[in-house]
Amino acid sequence: MDTPATRSLVIEKELPHPPEKIWRALTQGSLIKDWLMDNDFEPVAGHKFTFRSTPVPNWNGIIDCEVLALEPNKKLSYSWGSMGMASVVDWTLSATARGTLVRMEQSGFGPDQDAAYKGATWGWTKFMGNLERVVAGME
Amino acid sequence: MKTDAIFKSLADPTRRAIFERLSRNGEQTVRTLTDESGVSQPAVSKHLGVLKRAGMVRSRHRGRQTHYSAQPRALAPLVDWMKYYSRFWNDRFDKLEDLLKRMD
Repeated sequence: MDTPATRSLVIEKELPHPPEKIWRALTQGSLIKDWLMDNDFEPVAGHKFTFRSTPVPNWNGIIDCEVLALEPNKKLSYSWGSMGMASVVDWTLSATARGTLVRMEQSGFGPDQDAAYKGATWGWTKFMGNLERVVAGME
Repeated sequence: MKTDAIFKSLADPTRRAIFERLSRNGEQTVRTLTDESGVSQPAVSKHLGVLKRAGMVRSRHRGRQTHYSAQPRALAPLVDWMKYYSRFWNDRFDKLEDLLKRMD
């Protein structure tokens, strides 16, 4: 379920709560702060915000994000950029008989999309895929 | 930042291709790399210089030729990131569950 992968990271869990309640935990700033990080999140597509945690050596503790898409009680996506590394976090909620299946996928790991890397996105996805094999041959 | 240096060294598609070729085929000379890359030898040498400064390749001289080899271990910081996030999200899921129990 949570094996480290270079391409994407998926965590899926069924929680005994309705989607509406989980949605609040994912989209209300004060609630997000409780389980994830301090933030200025707003549930509005295109809203740019940051997650802030305690700085540690070599990391200022800041994650730059932008709301990419949202569909209340169902889907939420935001970009996730930190220390030159960019990725996308997708949340999907599906109602089940016992509650909600919560799926989190972090994918598209690559360099921050500034001008120098534009047009290289495809190459990066491929490269990060190949990386898995390169690294497997390391040990 | 280390990941930043790695990304910068691999930002250029030609450089990335050179690195991938060295990872796949093992040690090679500048001449072989030039023949396969479709760019001039000075350009290849320049790309190799950038990769070398980022610790992505290593060079050694043999006779009049310089041989280059990939250093896949240099990619370890990227792999560490994935491992880091795996732990990070599992931990946050636990916290989310705790919050949901308290919410109602």
